[in-house]
Amino acid sequence: MRVALSVACFDDALFPDAGRAVTVLLERLGHEVVFPPGQTCCGQIHWSAGYHREAADLARAYTAAFAGGDVVVATSASCAAAVRDAYPRIARAARDPGLARAAEGLAVYELTEFLVDVLGVTDVGAYFPHRVTYHPSCRSLRALRAGDRPLRLLRAVGGIDLVELPNAEECCGFGGAFAMKNADVSVAMVADKVRHIRGTGADVVCAVDDSCLAHIGGALSRLRAGVRTLHLAEILASAGPS
Amino acid sequence: MTGAPQGRPQGGPVPLPMPKFAAAARPALADTGARRNLRGATAVLRERAAAASGEPADWAELREAGRAIGEAALRDLDVHLEELERAVTEAGGTVHWAVDAAEARRVVTGLVRAAGATEVVRAASLAVREAGVDAALARMGVAVRETALADLAVRLGEDEPSHLLSAAAHRDRAQIRELFRRGMPAAGAGLPDDPQALAAAARAHLREPFLRAGVAITGANFLVAESGTAVVVESEGNARMCVTLPETLICVAGIDKVVPTWDDMEVFLQLLPRSSTGDRMTPYVSSWTGVTPGDGPRAFHLVLLDNGRTRALADEVGRAALRCIRCSACLNVCPVYERTGGRPYGPVYPGPIGAILTPQLRGVEGAAAASLPYASTLCGACADVCPVKIDIPDVLVHLRGKVVESRRRRPVPTPEMVLMRGLAWTMGDPRRHEAAVRRGTRWARLLSRGGRIRRLPGLLGAWTEARDLPAPPAETFRSWWNGRRP
Repeated sequence: MRVALSVACFDDALFPDAGRAVTVLLERLGHEVVFPPGQTCCGQIHWSAGYHREAADLARAYTAAFAGGDVVVATSASCAAAVRDAYPRIARAARDPGLARAAEGLAVYELTEFLVDVLGVTDVGAYFPHRVTYHPSCRSLRALRAGDRPLRLLRAVGGIDLVELPNAEECCGFGGAFAMKNADVSVAMVADKVRHIRGTGADVVCAVDDSCLAHIGGALSRLRAGVRTLHLAEILASAGPS
Repeated sequence: MTGAPQGRPQGGPVPLPMPKFAAAARPALADTGARRNLRGATAVLRERAAAASGEPADWAELREAGRAIGEAALRDLDVHLEELERAVTEAGGTVHWAVDAAEARRVVTGLVRAAGATEVVRAASLAVREAGVDAALARMGVAVRETALADLAVRLGEDEPSHLLSAAAHRDRAQIRELFRRGMPAAGAGLPDDPQALAAAARAHLREPFLRAGVAITGANFLVAESGTAVVVESEGNARMCVTLPETLICVAGIDKVVPTWDDMEVFLQLLPRSSTGDRMTPYVSSWTGVTPGDGPRAFHLVLLDNGRTRALADEVGRAALRCIRCSACLNVCPVYERTGGRPYGPVYPGPIGAILTPQLRGVEGAAAASLPYASTLCGACADVCPVKIDIPDVLVHLRGKVVESRRRRPVPTPEMVLMRGLAWTMGDPRRHEAAVRRGTRWARLLSRGGRIRRLPGLLGAWTEARDLPAPPAETFRSWWNGRRP
């Protein structure tokens, strides 16, 4: 299958390993990956901050960049959620039915949905001998309803010691502009998230959203906590000893 | 409100001043005891509501029915309100229309004065609080007796309610005992701190005021249009005393509390108890219709409060907030509310529902009300539990759009506006975007030490107050991709 890769704007600049891992993984599974060069940002940053005109412009550009007809796989659950959940609302606010139709025409998946639902695989042949805990990001959990797909993929990873994260479904406190505008509350939230992560004894916390991981990882790093953050794709792309 | 200096209320349509959410959240976050109490209270209510809403097999259908009934009631609100007025009048009651808080205060103080009362008993009511009735009565020398246990504790402690349902959720039993011991000398110095003893002390303290009060002021959870009935749902029985004992009953409620028929109550009386206290049925459901000779109040006054609701109704996205049945389920699952409590949301409506209701009632021109739609991570936990399916994150984002639109009209753009528009312009073109990313990551690497950035300048500095940012790698994804595919 030919897959158009959608790389989140912050993944492009800050976490390029996520896009690389998705590419390596999908190619290993025998699929062709293309990177539509017209893509920049899905517009979610502007939409959720209230800059709705700008978000509509970016959404139009995004749908044009991915109009080629290939299935789209996004490195970030929140970008996939933006297209599926927010674009109809962006179109509503901009009174642009063309944008709503263009968004409807896109088949956009977050990686774990694509693997489990479209490709029908849970064992991707990965090997990752570390203690890992999984943080379900709010967008994957409540906008995409990813359910246990990420955990099913992780359980099939060779050598992994997967440990459950207490209070996993509570938000990490990122929330885009929230992390800046309400920095104190945001930090109070991530402090509890970090406490739960450290309580698991995991040395890796993973997610399908690098924005949440930037927040959680930023706090872990400031505390020199000895826990690193990885995009789930990086774990799935880790090849086993053959 | 927001432009005015902090201090005592000035009168006019807006009763209480409020600071911006982030500023008000700081002292709230530092109040460790209140945070512990709220964490405990919300966890108990959250678990009870989850269990109770899991019981009925048709819970999903009930929620959908609640949404549909609420939406339909609001669509024809004018018709239902006229029907309500007719029914109340036919039953011997009087309807008063209050376009804003000031008019509601005028009506209520006028009725109390006409009744010749120097003391009123009051059941918990958000609409009464919104209208600032207590302060107005106090100014004319009328004593207001708070009759709900939690509100009594808040009054005795001279603080503000922290929760929609349980105003003293930020207090523990020991604190409430102290407040009762000081405020109710008859309770005695040896008053224990178990809930039964505290309730008994409050009951004894309130018995006399209940028996002698000529006027009661209550709110209403629902107003049934077809019969002109006010329905009050409560756990303690104090509101039932208020609607039955005094000669004059004044009921203050928002115009959004109208439900067309008793059939609709079948849905709401399942949704509300299970979502709020996690009960199958609330201990007391009192319904009161007009005046019945020889039974209950001789005069029944219904004060219908608009105070911004008509404006909210005109907003096709924002009006969903008017469906709210004040169950508090959204508060109990909100990670922001759990840490800040109710006060940073302003004086009346706390939590996620307050964040979408208050800016609509007050308008988003002021900085404080404009800060409320941003007091959320948009995590979506609230929408998942709302019994009438209000998509709170959707309304929050919609209101953020209104805030930004109102800021666009200012002659000098805010720094944030400059940043966000510049970002959108850059991202509007892939080549521009790529060049900016290359410049930006190079610049960011200069700020980093040992692979991490510990201090960012300007607006971004709030991030690095307590969090690092990883130094951007030398190679972006795009350049890796381009290098890989010749």
